[in-house]
Amino acid sequence: MSPMARTAPVPAATDPAIIRNFCIIAHIDHGKSTLADRMLQLTGVVQPRDMKAQYLDRMDIERERGITIKSQAVRMPWELDGTAYALNMIDTPGHVDFTYEVSRSLAACEGAVLLVDAAQGIEAQTLANLYLAMENDLTIIPVLNKIDLPAAQPEKYAEELANLIGGDPEDVLKVSGKTGEGVEALLDKIVRDLPAPVGDANAPARAMIFDSVYDSYRGVVTYVRVVDGQLSPRERIQMMSTKASHELLEIGVSSPEPTPTKGLGVGEVGYLITGVKDVRQSKVGDTVTNYAKPAPESLGGYEDPKPMVFSGLYPIDGSDYPVLRDALDKLKLNDAALIYEPETSAALGFGFRVGFLGLLHLEITRERLEAEFGLDLISTAPNVVYQVTLEDKNVVTVTNPSEFPEGKVNEVREPMVSATILAPSEFVGAIMELCQSRRGQMKGMDYLSEDRVELRYWLPLAEIVFDFFDQLKSKTRGYASLDWKADGEQVADLVKVDILLQGEQVDAFSAITHRDKAYSYGVMMTSKLRELIPRQQFEVPIQAAIGSRIIARENIRAIRKDVLAKCYGGDISRKRKLLEKQKEGKKRMKMVGRVEVPQEAFIAALSSDESKDKAKK
Amino acid sequence: MPSVLPVGDPAPLDGLLPAQAAEGAAGREFCLYVHIPFCAVRCGYCDFNTYTAKELGSGASQAEYSGTVNSELDFAVKALAASGVPERKLSTVFFGGGTPTLLPAADLASILRRADQLWGLEAGAEVTTEANPDSVTPESLQTLADAGFTRVSFGMQSAVPHVLKVLDRTHDPERVPQAVAWARAAGLKVSLDLIYGTPGESMADWVASLEATIACSPDHISAYSLIIEDGTKLAAQIRRSEVAAIDDDDHADKYLKADEMLAAAGYTWYEVSNWARSDPDRCRHNLAYWRGADWWGAGPGAHSHMGGVRWWNVKHPAAYAQRLSTSVSPAAGRETLDGRTRQVEHIMLQTRIIDGLATAELGPEGRDAVAGLIAEGLLDGAAAIAGTVRLTLQGRLLADAVVRRLLGY
Ligand SMILES: Nc1nc2c(ncn2[C@@H]2O[C@H](COP(=O)(O)OP(=O)(O)OP(=O)(O)O)[C@@H](O)[C@H]2O)c(=O)[nH]1
Ligand SMILES: C[S@@+](CC[C@H](N)C(=O)[O-])C[C@H]1O[C@@H](n2cnc3c(N)ncnc32)[C@H](O)[C@@H]1O
Ligand code: SF4
Ligand SMILES: [Mg+2]
Repeated sequence: MSPMARTAPVPAATDPAIIRNFCIIAHIDHGKSTLADRMLQLTGVVQPRDMKAQYLDRMDIERERGITIKSQAVRMPWELDGTAYALNMIDTPGHVDFTYEVSRSLAACEGAVLLVDAAQGIEAQTLANLYLAMENDLTIIPVLNKIDLPAAQPEKYAEELANLIGGDPEDVLKVSGKTGEGVEALLDKIVRDLPAPVGDANAPARAMIFDSVYDSYRGVVTYVRVVDGQLSPRERIQMMSTKASHELLEIGVSSPEPTPTKGLGVGEVGYLITGVKDVRQSKVGDTVTNYAKPAPESLGGYEDPKPMVFSGLYPIDGSDYPVLRDALDKLKLNDAALIYEPETSAALGFGFRVGFLGLLHLEITRERLEAEFGLDLISTAPNVVYQVTLEDKNVVTVTNPSEFPEGKVNEVREPMVSATILAPSEFVGAIMELCQSRRGQMKGMDYLSEDRVELRYWLPLAEIVFDFFDQLKSKTRGYASLDWKADGEQVADLVKVDILLQGEQVDAFSAITHRDKAYSYGVMMTSKLRELIPRQQFEVPIQAAIGSRIIARENIRAIRKDVLAKCYGGDISRKRKLLEKQKEGKKRMKMVGRVEVPQEAFIAALSSDESKDKAKK
Repeated sequence: MPSVLPVGDPAPLDGLLPAQAAEGAAGREFCLYVHIPFCAVRCGYCDFNTYTAKELGSGASQAEYSGTVNSELDFAVKALAASGVPERKLSTVFFGGGTPTLLPAADLASILRRADQLWGLEAGAEVTTEANPDSVTPESLQTLADAGFTRVSFGMQSAVPHVLKVLDRTHDPERVPQAVAWARAAGLKVSLDLIYGTPGESMADWVASLEATIACSPDHISAYSLIIEDGTKLAAQIRRSEVAAIDDDDHADKYLKADEMLAAAGYTWYEVSNWARSDPDRCRHNLAYWRGADWWGAGPGAHSHMGGVRWWNVKHPAAYAQRLSTSVSPAAGRETLDGRTRQVEHIMLQTRIIDGLATAELGPEGRDAVAGLIAEGLLDGAAAIAGTVRLTLQGRLLADAVVRRLLGY
């Protein structure tokens, strides 16, 4: 067992041979952040009195939900056999929406700790993240976590893991992030097994930007991994993609608080502050070099994450539109995956069409907009992007159902995904049935062990992105896990279903669905609205239509009585206050033609039942 | 659960009114409302500020009640004088509840006598008491008439036993014609209160109640649609599905039926829920509320109004008695309405009565709304041409919506 390092290697003067860069990757909730806690503690970078669970999950929303959304890098000293080493650890998120965070982190590392919950075994994101790490040529250290749990089956899963990545089950380390058992041994193994970074210390600097974060006090903080050369305080640096140059106001390492240093050398991971105010000027994937002596060739970049689902965000109070715009601009500073453009809805007024990586990303963004900026928002039913080819062969990209072309179209293409589902073999039948009903094509099936199966499907994104996962969980008693990535598109029989109130189309309620599901959408939406819209002084027909063909219909009968007829005993104040309340209530009404629709009706009609379930958790 | 008081400004302990209360007072009618917060049992639908002997316990006894009210009347005279409100005779007095007739007729008479001593009753003043049919006798009614009461309003509610049962009414339907006859014999005018749209009440039941009412040939009829008040026993029964919910469409149908049958029997509406046999039979006290007259409301939870100042007393009889025993104003809160708010109230109140209001009194948004309301059949077109906003039969059913549109809300 190694003691905590007595003297930590000094940044900028650290021999690459004593540096180890690694990230912790795993399926969601397998304990990455908790394991990171123990490492922070054992290496002494966080004092016992400052310690708290999932120390690196710093955002409010991460703490509220108990999940990691952003990767965090920390430099920690560790001594083995009398040598002090510098370890750079990156804790990554496990949720599939944030896979891009994992891929960026991997590019800053030589190795990865592949963590598996010893009570759960290998799950879909275990595989997905493992494959990502292998594509990046990282050395993998397989580790079983949570061995303190009574339900842990370390022997069984060690076998599974060994099967998966080769090697001996004996070599799989067994730890508990909760008790700290085995964590020292893991740190030792990291030092022993992971390769040291290599680079040319004398070459012009090349540092890869793997994260860029806006901080209201310090401006943009850029996280880099130095590959070649050296970066020093106060020197001028250059962004290789844009050739823009900036002065380095501060350079340092996170340990885990930002600590300024004399610079960063080959293999080191740290941060830069240049005074830029916009993360787009310090783009993830770009290469930083010395301005005086620029490198001839940049390092390979990353692909920008592509939004998968779109939803319209509208302020309930129309006058909050500028606040929403500023709020999105601010969030964007920290979230390169967030894209948006203004749009107008006849029903909801001015808002934005916003692209998200998935539903969790949508939910989190919306929650942050509401909590951090005091906004009340309506979000329209999320949808994916369709490519519609018109008869004249022109192609229209539809990110909002209301853009779906009227009249005849040649074909409609929808985005597809490759999905991997891992589950105990007893559930294979149920999973196949579910995927079938979601228009999936089976691409393969493998047994990872006797009782654990991997199923691969090609599925329409629109079929899996919303309630598929919940369905999958409920059909497999919670045992199945899912991972997916975008994979091409297919032509499908898709139609737009419109909802009409008194003959007037309400754009916010339109949806694009497969023809076979159009009817059930129409019936669901019209009956929902009939419950939600109060009676008016006239009859209000509610219709669902494909083009001019009505497929479902409901009716709100005209209100016949609207008078409080009781003796008041002179309490006129009460009556007037009721009137004033009704006047206020009217402000929360949106007019659709002559029909007054309460905001609540929009919110309730547009909220999927599934997101309500999430809120309950 | 007696109804909640509004939220307002604090009211001063000395009962002094803002100057606004006195302005123009000499030109306004002055009325008195006396609240009697006692009932033998509480009806399941009722949220009036009333208490059974059991609910009240000790601390505020019915025996001492008329004395307490009289001390409020004494307080009122002084507070009005100190506030510069000119002395006026009373044009109406109304005893409401609760069940005023749960008190001995002599107690009610003593309160009326005190009011007469303090202010004086105008010649031909209207003096009403509410009464439950089973809380009166020929003798008690005679005592009231002798003391100067001119009118009695009976809570009949329905003539159909199963409807009375859902309403928790204890009286025998047979009792109503009897009580009416006694009141007549004592020389009192009679009004009957009805409630329609009770769960389980069929249209035939309602017609039967209307027929029974007309057969009594009262001078005045109030017909209220059942309101399910929060916190009442009936509200809980409906929530638990022990009793069917009420239905607005059923209420509308029954209102139309009432107007049709009452009109055929010679009664004309003069307020959304009130019909009278002739103009002099209209309840002047009731009209005073809608016309924005001045009135002092005595008793716990009673509301008062004086020139755009509204106030209300503490709700509990014990707290009320305690205040008065130390000569502190029983008012719990008040509102001093600005010109704009008074105008809003004026439109809200006047619209409900047959007088209606002059089109000239409407704001621009209201004048713009009139044509549409006539086209929709909610306002009387002929009256509008003559310069008056008046509800049609359909308009009465949608009176609150009409008011909102006249106010541009
Ligand atoms: N019993 C036990 N529980 C653990 C252990 N490690 C983590 N947990 C619990 O597992 C849950 C998830 O832990 P996290 O550390 O947040 O997991 P994570 O992998 O970082 O999760 P994401 O970042 O959201 O993917 C928490 O409730 C932890 O307390 C362990 O070793 N033993
Ligand atoms: C203040 S009560 C007093 C009358 C008397 N205590 C009685 O009930 O016979 C006056 C009238 O209001 C009506 N009323 C009371 N509560 C009501 C409710 N919840 N809905 C409709 N009308 C109601 C009844 O018609 C009642 O007769
Ligand atoms: S008797 Fe009248 S006041 Fe008393 S509870 Fe019944 S309805 Fe209410
Ligand atoms: Mg985590």
